[in-house]
Amino acid sequence: MPHDGHHHDHDEGSELSPLALRVKALESLLVEKGYVDPEALDVLIDTYETKIGPRNGARVVAKAWADPEFAGWLKRDATAAIASLGYTGRQGEHMVALFNTPETHNMVVCTLCSCYPWPVLGLPPVWYKAMPYRSRAVIEPRQVLSEFGVSVPETREVRVWDSTAEVRYLVIPERPAGTEGWSEEQLAELVTRDSMIGTGLAKQP
Amino acid sequence: MNGAHDCGGMMGFGPVAREENEPVFHAPWEARMFALMSAVGDVGGWTLDEDRSACESMRPGDYINTSYYEHWLHGAETLLQKHGLATLDEIRSGRAATPARPVTPTSAAAVWPAVTAHGSYQRKASVPARFRPGDMIRTRNIHPETHTRLPRYLRGQVGEVIASHGAHVFPDSNARGGGENPQWLYTIRFKASDIWGRESRDLIHADLWEPYLEAR
Repeated sequence: MPHDGHHHDHDEGSELSPLALRVKALESLLVEKGYVDPEALDVLIDTYETKIGPRNGARVVAKAWADPEFAGWLKRDATAAIASLGYTGRQGEHMVALFNTPETHNMVVCTLCSCYPWPVLGLPPVWYKAMPYRSRAVIEPRQVLSEFGVSVPETREVRVWDSTAEVRYLVIPERPAGTEGWSEEQLAELVTRDSMIGTGLAKQP
Repeated sequence: MNGAHDCGGMMGFGPVAREENEPVFHAPWEARMFALMSAVGDVGGWTLDEDRSACESMRPGDYINTSYYEHWLHGAETLLQKHGLATLDEIRSGRAATPARPVTPTSAAAVWPAVTAHGSYQRKASVPARFRPGDMIRTRNIHPETHTRLPRYLRGQVGEVIASHGAHVFPDSNARGGGENPQWLYTIRFKASDIWGRESRDLIHADLWEPYLEAR
């Protein structure tokens, strides 16, 4: 079994994996017992596959870059500022925005499980939930960042945020140079998911 | 609980395995498991803290060798039995053999309002805050056998309070049916050099409840 916890079960064929069978049995039971509505399950999956994802967070970042007043609000009360764009709900009840600067680079982890700001980033990628990132982000953040292709100069402080409570963190990457006068829509295209976790930087124009 | 989930600072797991254009779910069963846990959580009568506690109660070797949604499957199977919603035989067979508890499942139309609802884990404080930003604290050296959110690598360490979030639901109590027992929650800043005993200019932060902290 791969030790990164990264599995690919191909249950498209006629033979379901033992895990797929266990989940199928669980679903049959919960439907038969009347605890879950199968249509609601389909809607839940569609919601997090197509409606709630990192494009939401990219809009927050782009607005923070383009609108100093919004950036100020985000610093003071990220929960309210983000809610003003319509991004609220599960796993985003208490938001804090971390602004990268020339002096500081922020990076978010959840060593104990996989806490992640769903309303702005969607569900976390596998690497965020797996042991290598969770174990190493706090003890060797710079090495982890270098594996993501992010080289943080020694003069810049790395600030790691371990999400141990219900506070969720969104990194606001630095705005790339050469984007003066860009619209929020154009700016949002430069904002990657990883740049909002702190394991990446915004794309250069 | 000093389980395998509490892995901050552990070594030997190798490089971070990234995937380009990663799908939200890697197999249909993952998607179904995600949705099942969300939907049954609406009617199961357990708390998010109890859910986390159930997922991390796997034997350490099993926890490390299984993927995220297998942890959820273990958690769901555990909680359904614990709360009397299903028996082990029913879970294994996938067929109901005992009467169901009468509940109203979340409907398709109720999903969006439910997942986007403004929630809060902040509660009215029953006592004044003991600490405020700028205070230096030491985390307690405690090893509860039940659920806690004070990671091992941050126990017995000196840090600075940099933010206070009001009183929040206390997982150590809420995860084992002891009620929300709200406690003051603070963001604590630690020096990486203090935690790991080697030179570093970097900082580590964690959100910690007052019962984890003592005045320095």
